[in-house]
Amino acid sequence: MTGPQLDGLCVRDLRVTFDGFTAVDGVDLDVPPGDIRFLIGPNGAGKTTVVDAVTGLVRATGSARFGDRELLGRDVHRIARLGIGRTFQTASVFEELTVVQNLDIAAGVTRSWWTLARRRNRIPDEVVAALETIGLSDRGDQLAGTLAHGQKQWLEIGMLLVSDARLLLLDEPVAGMSHEERDATGALLETVSRDRTVVVIEHDMDFLRRFARSVTVLHAGRVLSEGTVAQVQADPRVQEVYLGVDTATEA
Amino acid sequence: MTAAPLVRTDPAAVAGTPPGGRRGRRFDGPARTAVGFALGAALLFAVAPLALSDFRLSLLAKYLCVAMVGVGIGIAWGRGGMLTLGQGVFFGLGGYAMAMHLKLADAGPGELPDFMQLYGQLDELPLWWRPFASPWIALPATVLLPMVVAFGLGSLVFRRRVRGAYFAILSQALAAAMVILLVGQQGTTGGTNGLTDIQGFFGYDLDDPVNQRMVYFIIAASLLALLALARQLFRSRYGELLVAVRDGEERVRFLGYDPAGVKLVGYVIAAGMAGLAGALFVPAVGIISPALIGIVPSIEFVIGVAVGGRATLLGPVLGAVAVAWARTALSERFPGTWTYLQGLLFVLVVAFLPGGLASLWVLARQRRSDPAGARWWRRSRPVEPAENRTEVSAA
Repeated sequence: MTGPQLDGLCVRDLRVTFDGFTAVDGVDLDVPPGDIRFLIGPNGAGKTTVVDAVTGLVRATGSARFGDRELLGRDVHRIARLGIGRTFQTASVFEELTVVQNLDIAAGVTRSWWTLARRRNRIPDEVVAALETIGLSDRGDQLAGTLAHGQKQWLEIGMLLVSDARLLLLDEPVAGMSHEERDATGALLETVSRDRTVVVIEHDMDFLRRFARSVTVLHAGRVLSEGTVAQVQADPRVQEVYLGVDTATEA
Repeated sequence: MTAAPLVRTDPAAVAGTPPGGRRGRRFDGPARTAVGFALGAALLFAVAPLALSDFRLSLLAKYLCVAMVGVGIGIAWGRGGMLTLGQGVFFGLGGYAMAMHLKLADAGPGELPDFMQLYGQLDELPLWWRPFASPWIALPATVLLPMVVAFGLGSLVFRRRVRGAYFAILSQALAAAMVILLVGQQGTTGGTNGLTDIQGFFGYDLDDPVNQRMVYFIIAASLLALLALARQLFRSRYGELLVAVRDGEERVRFLGYDPAGVKLVGYVIAAGMAGLAGALFVPAVGIISPALIGIVPSIEFVIGVAVGGRATLLGPVLGAVAVAWARTALSERFPGTWTYLQGLLFVLVVAFLPGGLASLWVLARQRRSDPAGARWWRRSRPVEPAENRTEVSAA
């Protein structure tokens, strides 16, 4: 692994249009290096679409820079190679492969064909370290499909760690998790953010209050409010949009 | 919002799950492999030649060629999720390359092959036949030509994200196109008849049973070599990556890989295996023709693999041999019913045993070691809600 270099995400005037419907309508976003930024907003606010645009899944106009690199206009796998990693709303790990195999694949993007053609004779150090970080050290040989829901989410985060992602975009990482699992995930995010920048899409307000360092509220494809948790909560426009959301958080 | 790309779990591929855990490793040790290959070699090189008549042995040689195609399909489809319904194209390229050389060798230096004298108003050998006069070109071409064609096709197709049913249909259309091309160029390809009546094999008379036996041994040895290659591939990091691409192509892309390249390698290897099988089929049977490489044989290659268990190492081989053997046995006794039986067999396997016969073995092994634990079908059941699973299934 190369020495960790902290970079921030800088999005300017991001626009995404699907068949005439504008899903993201001129979003500016500055996530400083090492931040844990929460993206919140009602359904359809464009949170996931922003992440999709930054990771190359959907076409967008405007600009999205990570460090000094422009991301828009590149292929998905090239963006990933620049150190942008993401997870999905439903954990997408390779269920027919073991935990170690999942991590090993994530760690191996730069391997040569010669290395690929041979067996793994030992578990790479970064995989061992990631197993430790995500708390799955004793489950390395287990098929990923047999993991509990929360463990799959952690495995997916672990896959981003070994792939040397320096910007983590996590889409609802604690959805469907128990309280203990949420606490563990929050602690994991804090560990991870020491040498990485983290962006989390989340509906869970309790989780947000405890672990967010900064918050951006999206509404109808635009940035409605931005700041610390307290600032955002005090913003009357947010209260208007979010009225009743506290009671409606997804369990 | 865009639907999140998901990892797809394919119940049919469960049997090919690389064994994880200590239990799996013990079962899969090098000693077991050595014993397995020794057993296979003993069966193919000692038991079969002693127990079978010359006629049956030559049939077995033919089945083993089909099995070699199956090993490749096991890689492309079983591990890579590419349902290729057009392996006949690569089988045919290998077969025709070999047959062209043997026809030229039969005819003698400077002479035209018999069929060209018969139909063609040809005074001299067509330009594209000439390189095949040399065994040094023809033999490598039997494998390399299919690989080059697969590379060209795969480069176009995989990068455009053609997959699932669309890929299957495209590959099948290619088989149809190749047949039309061959039939249309009767003067230089032998047309519907193909290249027939091949007499010699590098100086050996193919009518001699001793030489037929030699051809059988070459085929058996080649099959074992391909199995060794497939095994290495399954256990390599590339093999794991191929499974990952099969189950979650988008996920792999978001990790920074280009899945098109990963698939391309598997597809090209499968094409090379089919080419070698086609090349060895020619001396074993003495003929190559459009009827042997078109849509129907291409589908039959896949049926054998599906019946045996597409994601396992031995499943495609045993399935291919079993289906081909059943075909011969039943056609001898009840001519005309085989097509229906074959269709029925395919439907039954796809509906009730998607992992093929090999999944019975996996099931038995799991029951034995973990009677109350997860059954393979239960383990493979999707965890995500069905509406989120957007990918088109390969089968």
